[in-house]
Amino acid sequence: MRIRNHRDFWAGVLFLVTGILFMILSRQYQLGTAAKMGPGYFPTILGGLMALLGLGIMLPAFAKRGPEVRVDRIHFKTIVLILVAVAVYAATLPKLGFIVSLVLLILISSLASHEFNLRTTLISSVVLLVFSWLVFVKGLELQFPFLPVFLTR
Amino acid sequence: MELLSNLALGFSTAATFDNLLYCLIGVILGTLIGVLPGIGPLATIAMLLPATYKMSDPTTALIMLAGIYYGAQYGGSTTAILVNLPGESSSVVTTLDGYQMARQGRAGPALAIAAIASFFAGTVATFLLAAFAPPLAEVAFKFGPAEYFALMTLGLIAAVVLAHGSVIKALAMVIFGLLLGMIGTDVNSGVARFSFDVPELSDGIEFVAVAMGMFGFAEIILNLEQGEKREVFTSKVTNLFPRWDDFKQAFPAILRGTGMGSMLGILPGGGAVLASFSSYAIEKKISKTPEKFGKGAIQGVAGPEAANNAGAQTSFIPMLTLGIPTTPVMALMVAAMMIHNIQPGPQVMSSNPKLFWGLIVSMWIGNLFLVVLNLPLVGMWVKLLSVPYKVLYPAILLFCCIGAYSINNNVFDVFMTIPFAILGYIFKKLDCEPAPMLLGFVLGKLMEEYLRRAMTISRGDWSVFVTRPLSATLLAIAAVLLVIVFLPAISKKREEAFAGDD
Repeated sequence: MRIRNHRDFWAGVLFLVTGILFMILSRQYQLGTAAKMGPGYFPTILGGLMALLGLGIMLPAFAKRGPEVRVDRIHFKTIVLILVAVAVYAATLPKLGFIVSLVLLILISSLASHEFNLRTTLISSVVLLVFSWLVFVKGLELQFPFLPVFLTR
Repeated sequence: MELLSNLALGFSTAATFDNLLYCLIGVILGTLIGVLPGIGPLATIAMLLPATYKMSDPTTALIMLAGIYYGAQYGGSTTAILVNLPGESSSVVTTLDGYQMARQGRAGPALAIAAIASFFAGTVATFLLAAFAPPLAEVAFKFGPAEYFALMTLGLIAAVVLAHGSVIKALAMVIFGLLLGMIGTDVNSGVARFSFDVPELSDGIEFVAVAMGMFGFAEIILNLEQGEKREVFTSKVTNLFPRWDDFKQAFPAILRGTGMGSMLGILPGGGAVLASFSSYAIEKKISKTPEKFGKGAIQGVAGPEAANNAGAQTSFIPMLTLGIPTTPVMALMVAAMMIHNIQPGPQVMSSNPKLFWGLIVSMWIGNLFLVVLNLPLVGMWVKLLSVPYKVLYPAILLFCCIGAYSINNNVFDVFMTIPFAILGYIFKKLDCEPAPMLLGFVLGKLMEEYLRRAMTISRGDWSVFVTRPLSATLLAIAAVLLVIVFLPAISKKREEAFAGDD
């Protein structure tokens, strides 16, 4: 038994595990009957179906014929930088306000590019800040804290 | 002539100053994001959805959001022709012959034909929408819970069949989406399901957060991995007007493309994408000179462009008449209606006739705007492409974050995009298409609700789905579709049809 198609294998495992997980989690909710379905009924069916489909995706990955398919390299640095940028934005927005969180978001996310350049990044931060202020704050009147909390008090 | 009086009502609604203005804003924005690869109508509409809270009239909001959607189809073809880079997935085929025409110095006629084809298809589709929506809504009133459940099943199956790649993976993705839709408070029992005692989760996961994470952020990460490879075709666009025999060749293709697109657009799943591919395949097959395709055949531009625009427009039909979104973009339209307390469904036409007909007529006006605006502005759109991606993606990221925050004025929704970005990334790496999942997510709670009602009425008898003729028909179609895609001969053809679409 050798895995030929790695993408199919891992996709199958993902669906199988998630399906079973949902079935287990659904056990804490009432199942009910077909005529009077409880909150656990539909999720249990779906979880079971998904687990079966997961098996159906996973098993053919062992087939002897067919080309070898591998999963492409995962670039952890890019993922981490982009998502940390988003997380930092969300974490700083309520207390430090939009100006600070915008600059942090642009700075951190720009690091993910192959051609990072501090000057361009700072210029685009300023441009985006002015643009966002005009469009979102003045134009669309969206509500978000703009300045840090300690400055507005 | 009820149709004419309805259209007149639509005209008087769509032609007010506000509605015209927002229609214009919508189509310009749509073209803009259509031109720029890496940001699609889905993320843009999601971003602007919170802004429509402020609008007093839901009609205006929907007109603008719809404009973004079909405007993006136009913009996508401009970059396809000039830069050999599809701005939208539905304009992938336009690159084949459009770019070749541009290289032969015929960029002008290619752009003009694309615009004319889109406008013609848009006009026809608008009339089809106006003509077919009322009788369809009539049928929808006869629907009971069993029929709605069967219809949604058909919708999801069709989305699976039309999705790219493996059918069985798409099926699993749909179910995954349905399960994610279960998260939150169960309306019947009041139990908060799968919420792990997180108060924000008891309201369910916000659709916008899922869409932005899976489409917006995951896409950015993948683009960054590949690095930038963009070659802008810089020759000046001159001599816009096509020759007479261009017209003669293109017109039948436009007609066929319009028909193809209108039909496929109604089906759930990527209607516009499939329509453009099918249209190209047909044009090539029936052409007397198939060897010219891929070397700048004007039919290869005209047909698919007509098809994708017609498809974009007719995909509104199921949403407006049945209240069932068939694409993720339509799901956002439904969300926009809900914000303004309008329950989408067959009753919209009678309870909000102004909204219904105003939206339909606005699509035609929007198409007119696009033709008039786009041809002269082509140069400007192309300049936009010289904005490097390293400047563009932080901006996209920022706008998405602002949008996600504004849904509930809460950073929780911004945080929620993160796990979905990871999920979207993993799915892409494993060749799983995210679109069917999103559709499942939207329909999850509705499906469960209709299933419960149908089963309560039948006292637990599952045969209710096959003994009621309408529901039995719908399910039979779904079953046939599934059987067909698993037939070896068809599945091979299907792979061919989607080949090269990456």
